[in-house]
Amino acid sequence: MSELTHPPGADRAETDYERVQRSAEFQALRRRFRTFVFPMTGLFLAWYLVYVLLAAYATDFMSTRLAGNITVGLVFGLGQFVSTFVITMLYARWANTHQDPIADELRQRIEGRDL
Amino acid sequence: MNGTLLAAEATEVGNPAVNIGIFGLFVAVTLVIVFRASKNNRTAADYYAGGRSFTGPQNGTAIAGDYLSAASFLGIAGAIAVNGYDGFMYSIGFLVAWLVALLLVAELLRNTGKFTMADVLSFRLKQRPVRMAAAIATLAVIFFYLLAQMAGAGGLVALLLGISSSAGQSLVVVVVGALMILYVLVGGMKGTTWVQIIKAVLLIAGAAVMTIWVLAKFGFNLSDVIQGAVDRFGEGGEALIEPGKQYGATATSKLNFLSLGLALVLGTAGLPHVLMRFYTVPTAKEARRSVVWAIWLIGIFYLFTLVLGYGAGALVGTDTILAAPGGVNSAAPLLAFALGGEILLGIIAAVAFATILAVVAGLTITAAATFAHDIYASVIKHGEVNPDGEVRVARITVVVIGVLAIIGGIFAQGQNIAFLVALAFAVAASANLPTILYSLFWKKFNTTGALWSMYGGLISCIVLIAFSPVVSGKVDPVTGASLSMIKNTSVDFAIFPLENPGIVSIPLAFLLGFIGTHLGKKDESPEKFAEMEVRSLTGAGSEKATVAH
Repeated sequence: MSELTHPPGADRAETDYERVQRSAEFQALRRRFRTFVFPMTGLFLAWYLVYVLLAAYATDFMSTRLAGNITVGLVFGLGQFVSTFVITMLYARWANTHQDPIADELRQRIEGRDL
Repeated sequence: MNGTLLAAEATEVGNPAVNIGIFGLFVAVTLVIVFRASKNNRTAADYYAGGRSFTGPQNGTAIAGDYLSAASFLGIAGAIAVNGYDGFMYSIGFLVAWLVALLLVAELLRNTGKFTMADVLSFRLKQRPVRMAAAIATLAVIFFYLLAQMAGAGGLVALLLGISSSAGQSLVVVVVGALMILYVLVGGMKGTTWVQIIKAVLLIAGAAVMTIWVLAKFGFNLSDVIQGAVDRFGEGGEALIEPGKQYGATATSKLNFLSLGLALVLGTAGLPHVLMRFYTVPTAKEARRSVVWAIWLIGIFYLFTLVLGYGAGALVGTDTILAAPGGVNSAAPLLAFALGGEILLGIIAAVAFATILAVVAGLTITAAATFAHDIYASVIKHGEVNPDGEVRVARITVVVIGVLAIIGGIFAQGQNIAFLVALAFAVAASANLPTILYSLFWKKFNTTGALWSMYGGLISCIVLIAFSPVVSGKVDPVTGASLSMIKNTSVDFAIFPLENPGIVSIPLAFLLGFIGTHLGKKDESPEKFAEMEVRSLTGAGSEKATVAH
């Protein structure tokens, strides 16, 4: 712990966690996480809200028959299932390949120093 | 299938001896497993988190077991059979909600917490007040959820075991409660998890068999299944395939549906017993795999319920379902009887009981962990308590909660189950989720913001419900009978028109967290925030598994 530096404007020693938090790798990890997760959350919540609003206020449109008893509403509802499955797989694959290796490396670096 | 014959039998379907026999077999098998699993229950991490040694797929299956409660199995199938498309919309909210848990909560929570939701919320804020608020919100959600399950058990008994007397139903509630106490006391989180895994597999397999059976009867054409339900319904049957049969009547009922939809989609990621399951896996990566597995299992199950609901409408008939003891909830069991006679009914009935047992066990261990870990060890004893003492308190809490659940279950008989579950979701979405998200993602968030948001969300939910039509003043326009909790129709203090408070209480809780943070004293600690943020994204310093499998 001899290489402790002082964070800008603070009169105490910087912790290991703060140094990692300031590092370029961690900042990039955090930025990538947020730029994936926040827009995706906005997207599926908006799509869900549109669906709920249509079901509540555009019942005639949702009751339009496409084939037999398969209505627009049923297709949109099943579409919610499909979009949920797709986002789940997209996120899992993205996190496995893009985030995990960097997170693991940072983790080993921190824990190696702590222990 | 002869309609009149079935209607005549509907008051007492199947063979109670077969139902009890199959359920007894389930109890015997799970008890053996629970006793075997209990051998390694030494530390607090063993008791609360199953040693953090479950794999992602195992935990994902257990999450599905925890989540697919009697309300979603019996309730959604019945809602589709009776209300058609509007019933289907429930399942969509319940499923999409998992994306909030997957993207924003599961992994970060696993990396920062230890046993409970309060571990994460109090990580960088003032320990005792925040833990206390989080524990109270947790216990409130669990209380409503637990009552719903126990009330459901009583109703199910009426249908499946032919016990309609109030004393008989109370006896069954006592048996269910006693079994649950035994599971949780002996098996801890490990035993509870195995019960949920077994139950989830049985439930999904049972629903799959029935789904394929129904589809086979209609040439594997979903449109024909729906047509069958429309034809069987008779005049006005077309309404089953259009939105609005249940919620479309007035502007208020539409707003009510929006409110429910909001509570469902934002509530799941704030349910404490679901959050606690993320601590049973060794790493955040496994927590992610858990949610991926849970989403697939839960999604596929809800697709089954779509077929089962319309199938019940077609093969059993809406009027028969509504006339049966247990009403809407009897759609799935009656469909099982119509398809496979008393053996299939017995299996589905046993699965339904197992569902209640497993969900109640999961709720109880969460409540016990919350009381022992957050209230007893942290708030009362200031953290000066050894883990053995904490687990002993947790075990005592299990017995107390079990007894309270039994008493509550006896009194809650005949209460509206869907209302209790919707209330649990609304409280989870208002009191828990805003604070979870703020503390994970907002650096400035402070103790005042957390307390305002949690107490504000909790209190606004409960007050709005108390002054809503579910408690007083809702009258059936046709029969003039009361549809509220208070059966006296002359009592009416329902000044809040919506049955679900979510549309008001959820934005209010987010807003209170924001205002409280800006008005309250700054207590942000850059080093704790750095630790929390780095831990949450990298897993450094997170709790490790106690035993290698």
